[in-house]
Amino acid sequence: MSTARPSMFQRSRSANPKEQLIHVLLLCCALVSILTTLGIVVVLLRSAVYNPGPKTAFFEEVSLGEFLTDTRWKPVERSQLSPEADQGHFGIWPLLSGTLMVAVIASLVSVPTGLGAAIYMSEYAGPRERSFLKPVLEILAGIPTVVYGFFALHFITPMILQPVLKHVFGIEIGLFNVASAGIVVGIMVTPMIASLSEDVLRSVPRSLREAGYALGSTRFDVSMRVVVPAALSGILAAFLLAFSRAIGETMAVTIAGGHKVLFSVNPFEEMRTMTGYMVHQSFGDNSADSIQNKSIYAIGLALFVITLSINIASQWILRKFREVYQ
Amino acid sequence: MVTFIETLRSPIERKAMATSPTTVLRVPPAVAGVDRDMDMSQHPAAITARGMNFYYGENQVLFDVNLTVPERSVTALIGPSGCGKSTFLRTLNRMNDLIEGTRCTGEVLIQGQNIMEPAVDVVLLRKHVGMVFQKSTPFPKSIFDNVAYGPRVAGERNRAILADLVESCLQKAALWEEVKDRLGESAMALSGGQQQRLCIARALATNPQILLMDEPASALDPASTSRIEDLIGELCANYTIVIVTHNMQQASRVSHQTAFFFEGNLVEVGPTTQIFTSPSQKKTEDYITGRFG
Repeated sequence: MSTARPSMFQRSRSANPKEQLIHVLLLCCALVSILTTLGIVVVLLRSAVYNPGPKTAFFEEVSLGEFLTDTRWKPVERSQLSPEADQGHFGIWPLLSGTLMVAVIASLVSVPTGLGAAIYMSEYAGPRERSFLKPVLEILAGIPTVVYGFFALHFITPMILQPVLKHVFGIEIGLFNVASAGIVVGIMVTPMIASLSEDVLRSVPRSLREAGYALGSTRFDVSMRVVVPAALSGILAAFLLAFSRAIGETMAVTIAGGHKVLFSVNPFEEMRTMTGYMVHQSFGDNSADSIQNKSIYAIGLALFVITLSINIASQWILRKFREVYQ
Repeated sequence: MVTFIETLRSPIERKAMATSPTTVLRVPPAVAGVDRDMDMSQHPAAITARGMNFYYGENQVLFDVNLTVPERSVTALIGPSGCGKSTFLRTLNRMNDLIEGTRCTGEVLIQGQNIMEPAVDVVLLRKHVGMVFQKSTPFPKSIFDNVAYGPRVAGERNRAILADLVESCLQKAALWEEVKDRLGESAMALSGGQQQRLCIARALATNPQILLMDEPASALDPASTSRIEDLIGELCANYTIVIVTHNMQQASRVSHQTAFFFEGNLVEVGPTTQIFTSPSQKKTEDYITGRFG
């Protein structure tokens, strides 16, 4: 009997089909996001760089050199018939300048406030305050961005920017402007910076803080001279992630930033951003094969490249400059 | 009575000594600069703790501790883990303030002032009472910036003054010769023993009168430990040192005075030779002869 019976602990290949099914299902879940990313990259490249079918891709009609150097963006079909003045222009700079302006203004707002909030939560607040503050900040990060857009349009511009600029500097500005979009995006990414930075500040070992206090430091000395420098790489990575988030932000800047395609560094101008252009163009009634439609993919690819490089840079900084504590 | 010192001897030696009618008990050689038979009563007090009780929440960990630390001497605090010696040390620069829910009663006089009073500026106190920790804690900065940290926090900006101060402190900590050519390099690259001497130099840079050491050599190899012990012998000419140690040989080598803590009570305090050769309390004797702890 004992010879006929398989060992009690022997693994049988078909023993647990349920376990195998779960294994496969979970693997599929993991693959979804990877495959989606790949799919997006393929679609972007097909419409922007090279189309194997009968249609042409964006960069087969417009040179990369023109895209990167021309400072005019006028997406109309090029034809032999129209005069030179009416020819289309496809330089990314007007849209890129709007996007970078928003991201820079957003950083000016969010870096000091986000870092300040992080230092407060990690160095100043008691455990009870912290357990209240952090979830509240994270809720702030969950507000739909369209709400922020209208907040900028109906509060920041008319209630703050316009009166302040008019009475203090005597400048009149329009309802749509890059400054309000940048400020509101800054408010939007502040919780992200605060939360990520607080995590890295808290990971600085307690012994380092005690050493700082033992040398006659105030709380502020310990925060700024010991804890922040020790966590600098993580803080920088948080800044970069927030910057890339600000670059990709769409809804709020489309609402508050305005519609004018303009190459400028004046924050009080109405300027369209890259994402704003994509939204606007996709609502148009251009045919799928038109240059306007293809330009969406070119801009999309440019955005993808920018945010991807920033994210890679932040990962690299994290790994390269992290202080290792025992 | 088998004293601690005897436990260090070989059994044959011990037998010979036991049979000898004139047994002379000798403690292991002290480091240079430490006189273990010094008459403490002749020295002015640097620290006087009176009736000190300490609580973590509801849990009392120190009971009515009275201890006087003479100026320019080394006092070793010994006792088993959890006996309260580290807690006592950390009240001397109010380091326990950083831990929530702690409370302290009684008084600790330093230069005639009760440092337990709420009006005391702990930042000034800690400049006066430096501290070195068990784990070396160099900041992730250069060697120079580590030593210059304290003076800079205190507002010193003059580069020449800082450079002089850094050199003299590194010399006092017996580290200057090893690092003088690489002051700009990261302190994290130093060895464990060097890092600990750097922390001592950094503590000296705030110009303290008192130096607290919480097991400063327990994470170091024997050679580095012996350098730290020699350094303690040199420093006690100018500084008052209180050291917590688990290593009783170390306590006997480096200290003028030894205090034995047990379960939150200060059981016995006296000149180091006396504590290690003829302790008056049974508990002390049991501990130093290794019967528990």
